[in-house]
Amino acid sequence: MTNHVARFERPLSAFSPRSVAIGGIVAGVIAFWVAIPPFTARSVLFPVLLGVLAIAGGIWAVSRGRRRIGYGAVAAGILGMALGVLATRSSSGNLQIVFSASLIASMLVFATPLTFGAIGGMISERSGVVNVGLEGMMLMGAFWGVYAADKTGTWVGGLAIAVLAGGLFALLHAVWAVHLRADQIVSGIALNFLALGITGYFFAQLYHEQNIPAGISTVPNVKIPGVSHWSFIGPAIGDLNLLVWIGILLVPLSYVVLFKTAIGLRIRACGEHPRAADTVGINVYGVRYAAVIVSGMLAALGGAYLSIGFGGGSFTENMTEGRGFIALAAMIFGNWRPFGAWGAALLFGFSTALAYRLPTYSSSSAILFQALPYVLTLIAVAGVIGRSRPPAADGRPYVKQ
Amino acid sequence: MTTPREDPVALIPPEDEPAESFAVRLGVAQRAAGAAVPFATALIAFAMGGLVVLATGHNPWTAYKGIFDGAGLNWLFHVPWDTNTIHLSAYNLSQTLLITTTLILTGLAVAFAFRCGLFNIGGQGQYIVGIVVANWIGVSLAGWPTLPHILLGIVGATLAGGLWAGIAGFLKATTGAHEVISTIMLNWIAIWGASYLFGQNGPLQNTQDRASPVSAQVAQSARLPVFWGSSVLQGLDIGFFIALAMLVVFYVILNRTTLGYEVRAVGFNPDAAAYGGINVKKNFVVAMAISGGFAGLAGALDMLGYLFQFGELDVQATQIGFLGIAVALLGRNTAIGTGLAAFLFGGLLYGTTRGLNPNVFDPSLAGNLTSMIQGLIVLFVGADVVILYLWNARRKVRLRAQRGAA
Repeated sequence: MTNHVARFERPLSAFSPRSVAIGGIVAGVIAFWVAIPPFTARSVLFPVLLGVLAIAGGIWAVSRGRRRIGYGAVAAGILGMALGVLATRSSSGNLQIVFSASLIASMLVFATPLTFGAIGGMISERSGVVNVGLEGMMLMGAFWGVYAADKTGTWVGGLAIAVLAGGLFALLHAVWAVHLRADQIVSGIALNFLALGITGYFFAQLYHEQNIPAGISTVPNVKIPGVSHWSFIGPAIGDLNLLVWIGILLVPLSYVVLFKTAIGLRIRACGEHPRAADTVGINVYGVRYAAVIVSGMLAALGGAYLSIGFGGGSFTENMTEGRGFIALAAMIFGNWRPFGAWGAALLFGFSTALAYRLPTYSSSSAILFQALPYVLTLIAVAGVIGRSRPPAADGRPYVKQ
Repeated sequence: MTTPREDPVALIPPEDEPAESFAVRLGVAQRAAGAAVPFATALIAFAMGGLVVLATGHNPWTAYKGIFDGAGLNWLFHVPWDTNTIHLSAYNLSQTLLITTTLILTGLAVAFAFRCGLFNIGGQGQYIVGIVVANWIGVSLAGWPTLPHILLGIVGATLAGGLWAGIAGFLKATTGAHEVISTIMLNWIAIWGASYLFGQNGPLQNTQDRASPVSAQVAQSARLPVFWGSSVLQGLDIGFFIALAMLVVFYVILNRTTLGYEVRAVGFNPDAAAYGGINVKKNFVVAMAISGGFAGLAGALDMLGYLFQFGELDVQATQIGFLGIAVALLGRNTAIGTGLAAFLFGGLLYGTTRGLNPNVFDPSLAGNLTSMIQGLIVLFVGADVVILYLWNARRKVRLRAQRGAA
């Protein structure tokens, strides 16, 4: 165990296998990047060269024992090369449609609810409570957020009530998981059904199956004054929803809280070894309650983003449509770490954004693209590219002695 | 004292027993609790659903009566000369049993894995895989003789469902990947995969109307015979008996075969089973595959029994596989329990949607009431461990008090 920790804390030198592999992943991404707008390199040479470089770096890293990240670089190289070559073969008009700056914007848009959900789920699972109920918590946030925004007249009220609803709903999960010692997966699934029923019932009851009235207060976009006029970055990030930025800020914040503060140490201790945490005076039940409630609040923010953020003040039955499960997948794919989860959320957001644009090429296979996050996560949990490791006490109720 | 310490009942000296025999009463109560807890769970969930209905300004009694009639259960109490209700209620009941057929099998899919200590959340995906394969066989082999065509469709879909779930079992056995995570992922892969296959320009889309993302119709030769009602009006097909037979098969496999013995041994304690010479990994794969087979069969019976075609939107909308989780949990993972729970949820599902008279209670409310009751039941089943724990604790306290007095 100590060995494992020491390996990660070794400083990063320029030619360590780890940094070479990271460089390989970057090269793989660039291999694709150069072939698409705004650069639109038309020669096959660039993507092939960069791809080979990435693969070579990856193989070298694998031979030096950095298997996980090395294979990552190899995969990035192959994918980047293949996609890059494909892009050079396709007409630049089509490329302009699919890969515009708005692709970046829509990647961030699709990644935002996943980021909130994945970070929320991570906090809960780091404290030792499995949260399969993310989907339900998001759905509660989506409905009560839009309802409150309608009734209070401001989006601030909407967000506040959404967070409250998500927190209360998560409290139910916490009571079941911590005090009743119920199976956490069973209660998580129950919450998903329950949220589907509650939101659908009250939507029908309060709005009589009609839509939410138009023109309710929604979370505003943040226009960055200088950036908006820049050529590529402007349309990409110049005009994004406030919640997108909050989601991005959440990532370093949760990293600092989890890994650099005493609170985070306590949360992780409860998830890894609750008995030891209890012995040194940490209130395991209290920490788990707090973590689950915070996770519900964050998931609810992600849900509220769907209804009163990017949704523009609307609601439909089962609005989350499985995004809670993609968030769960992102958390697992990101190995229960903030930046990992965020990276996975961005990747999944990107694949969704791409799936919406690919019909330019082929309308049927674009749907298939939606399955990509799940396939990747399945491969990740299967341990093909390194074993994903949940917190040791994840899902195990703790009995005080 | 020579009796083992673990059995508190045996600790009571016989001469201390009260006249009605405390031990006997306790034994009866405890055995009864086996069935009483699920009943109580369902009752509490229905009561809480009723409270929500009451709180939102509707009459829970009329709502539940409407759902009861919508499910066709009033047929059981019909009077022979009232021909008016007979026809509608008989039709509704046949539709309820049609859904019960599916729920029995998706319930068994969850229950069988549970007996091996595995939580199969993938019933939805396995069901959809069964739907896809049954549709493909039913459509593409048009012109075959009826019996082999139906058999091939059923066997093919069952095997496909088994294979799909077997992936999760295999990953669990070889890499230790948690089956809950992998079955969730497999669910969504199946959902998007089927959306692609049945969708616009997909390989299994119908050839007549390329604008609508729906599969082609299953050929007449692959359709299951209807025995109650009209085959034009979606009557009850013989798939219902296949599902009932599967309840027996489930019981026999688990309780009368070596395979079932091993599966249950692994479910009770994998370490002890391994110590006893049972191949735990093999049982993980086999149990998941059999589970998935049940769900795949559900897809086959639905496709060949009354759906005949499936669309991209149906793939996204169906919840029947997920409902199997609630069925199995409420049925305590037993054959009889699963059958009864499937009937309850089948009635609830049909009685709150198409069967419900809109003038009695708004179906858009009632349909969501089903999800709510379903969630509450699963929630309380999760907590019934606590109810039993409290029950046992109370018993222990009482026994201790009795021993102290003696």
